Amino acid sequence: MASMSMNAAVRSALDVMLGRDDNVVVFGEDVGFFGGVFRCTEGLQAKYGSHRVFDTPIAEGGIIGVAVGMGAYGLRPVPEIQFADYVYPGLDQLISEAARLRYRSAAEFTAPITVRMPCGGGIHGGQTHSQSPEALFTHVCGLKTVMPSTPYEAKGLLIAAIEDDDPVVFLEPKRLYNGPFDGHHDRPVVPWSAHPLGDVPDGYYTIPLGTAAIRRPGSDVTVLAYGTMVYVAETAAAEVGIDAEIIDLRTLLPLDTDTIEQSVRKTGRCVIVHEATRTSGFGAELAATVQELCFYSLEAPIERVTGWDTPYPHAQEWDYFPGPARVGAALRRVVGA
Amino acid sequence: MTATDPLRFHVPAPSARPGEPPDFSYVAVPAAGAVRRPAIDAMATDIRDLADTMIRVLDDEARAIGPWSPPTSPDDLRRGLRAMMKTRAYDDRMQRAQRQGKTSFYMRCTGEEAIAVGHALELGPRDMYFPTYRQQGWLIARDWPLVDMMCQIFSNEKDRLHGRQMPVMYSARAAGFVSISGNLGTQYVQAVGWAMASAIKGDTCIASGVVGEGTTAEADFHYALTFAAAYRAPVILNVVNNQWAISSSQAVAGGESATFAARAIGHGIAALRVDGNDNLAVLAATRWARERALANHGPTLIEWVTYRAGAHSTSDDPSKYRPADEWKSWPLGDPIERLASHLIGTGSLSELQQSELQAEVEAEVMSAAREAESYGTLLDGRVAGFKSIFEDVFKEMPPHLMRQREQAGL
Repeated sequence: MASMSMNAAVRSALDVMLGRDDNVVVFGEDVGFFGGVFRCTEGLQAKYGSHRVFDTPIAEGGIIGVAVGMGAYGLRPVPEIQFADYVYPGLDQLISEAARLRYRSAAEFTAPITVRMPCGGGIHGGQTHSQSPEALFTHVCGLKTVMPSTPYEAKGLLIAAIEDDDPVVFLEPKRLYNGPFDGHHDRPVVPWSAHPLGDVPDGYYTIPLGTAAIRRPGSDVTVLAYGTMVYVAETAAAEVGIDAEIIDLRTLLPLDTDTIEQSVRKTGRCVIVHEATRTSGFGAELAATVQELCFYSLEAPIERVTGWDTPYPHAQEWDYFPGPARVGAALRRVVGA
Repeated sequence: MTATDPLRFHVPAPSARPGEPPDFSYVAVPAAGAVRRPAIDAMATDIRDLADTMIRVLDDEARAIGPWSPPTSPDDLRRGLRAMMKTRAYDDRMQRAQRQGKTSFYMRCTGEEAIAVGHALELGPRDMYFPTYRQQGWLIARDWPLVDMMCQIFSNEKDRLHGRQMPVMYSARAAGFVSISGNLGTQYVQAVGWAMASAIKGDTCIASGVVGEGTTAEADFHYALTFAAAYRAPVILNVVNNQWAISSSQAVAGGESATFAARAIGHGIAALRVDGNDNLAVLAATRWARERALANHGPTLIEWVTYRAGAHSTSDDPSKYRPADEWKSWPLGDPIERLASHLIGTGSLSELQQSELQAEVEAEVMSAAREAESYGTLLDGRVAGFKSIFEDVFKEMPPHLMRQREQAGL
């Protein structure tokens, strides 16, 4: 057991899998010698060689495209997209190819790839370094979509994703790389070394995809969140004094609807929080799911707290970011406090 | 300079439209045997001239001449001829099956048979082909069962792909033939990735990817060339230039300004431009590129110059956009006739044997069609059932798909 930041936990997962499976290869822009702009692959090229960990041309469509071909050969590629905001040229390879290769070939060919990408805001990245495009992936049949919120989970989920025989989009909330972030940007950063979930086993372990975690049990309202928003929701609930049950979804697809259903049946209320824009966001899917599964248990309308439906602005970041004040207000409305 | 003429907007146009005489003056055809054959380790920069000419082996009398004349046995050439003839017979039969309502769709490769067939016979059994929808000749050359191919076209209960894919989007891993996507260009990059994987593992097989000249416009084409060059991937990058995308000519893809083989030059990739209707040239160029890749000298881009003699698909009517008889004026002729003439000229085949061979492949296709049709076609409605549609989305069916399957009444 060691104290790790989330990027160190990602690196540890890659290290474990490069060591365990000769078919794992790691590549992307700046990931080789330099070790990645967020240091997630630091030292791995020196340890495993440049045929296992290497730099690529700046071409996301090429990065994911060659990963699909390598997967068809029998490798387990783990490409990195430097920012989720840059993935769009690679979407055709993800949507039309990786996600459907198994289906269209009746499993003659598969694409067991894990596409890692940092997502989310909070680092003054403006509209090209802050986006949360998870709903684009959950809408595609054949892709799994994962977003961890702690170093422990980042490592266990990433190992599970790499071992998974289907393509996985692995979104890493970049504001969480160095420490948990509750949305109070004006307060000092708390490092993971001061947080219990920063304790990460050195070796191999997995967290199964498709399972949510109850981050905080409670009885007044269920909060469905993932990534950075898990901490924002925790803090918001504490600040307004509401006994919220906070569920970290961890995997968006497949979605752990059992955990959601049990919680909302218990609390009768639900607030959905995500950083991404609202319209057709993953929150819409969650709201529909809760309504389908728990309609007769609901005692209040479901609320969504999300990024506004605008591009992610630079100077106005903290007005855009759905911080604890907005989440707290929604919690109060939903519980009638 | 104070005054400027108004700018002119150039829109490329084909050399002839319906009602006009065919005009292939834009296709320069060098004499067979005229192009040098460099060593397989030649620097790409030293062989740039090969991107602007055309490697041809068979001359006008169908004699094999020049440095690219491949050392092949008459048996091998007869095998290639048979595969090409069988491919054309198969295409004719499937085209008819579509007209009879037995399938929704079909795509012939008439006039282009030499390319996929020659490539299939020259590459190794463990090499992997990333084809487009017009490379059925590969499967036929590798003796893949016609019944299996036809069942895919009929989407019947014996279709291994369970009716999920449009007709002709075959998948045959055991034949080294990757599942056809139906999107254009995406699989070109994957071929490079497959080749990179082979090199990463120290394997001894290569990949070969295919696009048409129209698809060279896609970003994927440029990704593929960039990655292939950067990692010196053991891959053959084929551009089948059959002059026509659907209704847009090769000029719309930029063919007026440079050859498609020349696209490789800026990447430092070896490029060959080859008479695609000359089966011997196909064999020779494929062999050169494969040996080069296997010797770690990196990728080769090959432009195969050919002509799409038929419609783009059964949904297309080419008489609407090109001269109806254009194919008859095509300067590179018919690949089957040229190879047959060569074999007859060298005494390796008689005209009687050729007509016997024709009857034989037609009978083979007929018999396969009867069998495949007995398993069901669109006409009799015995198509792959609904029950498998939820399978293979993922390796293991997740809960939401199980629920939907239940809601669908399965």
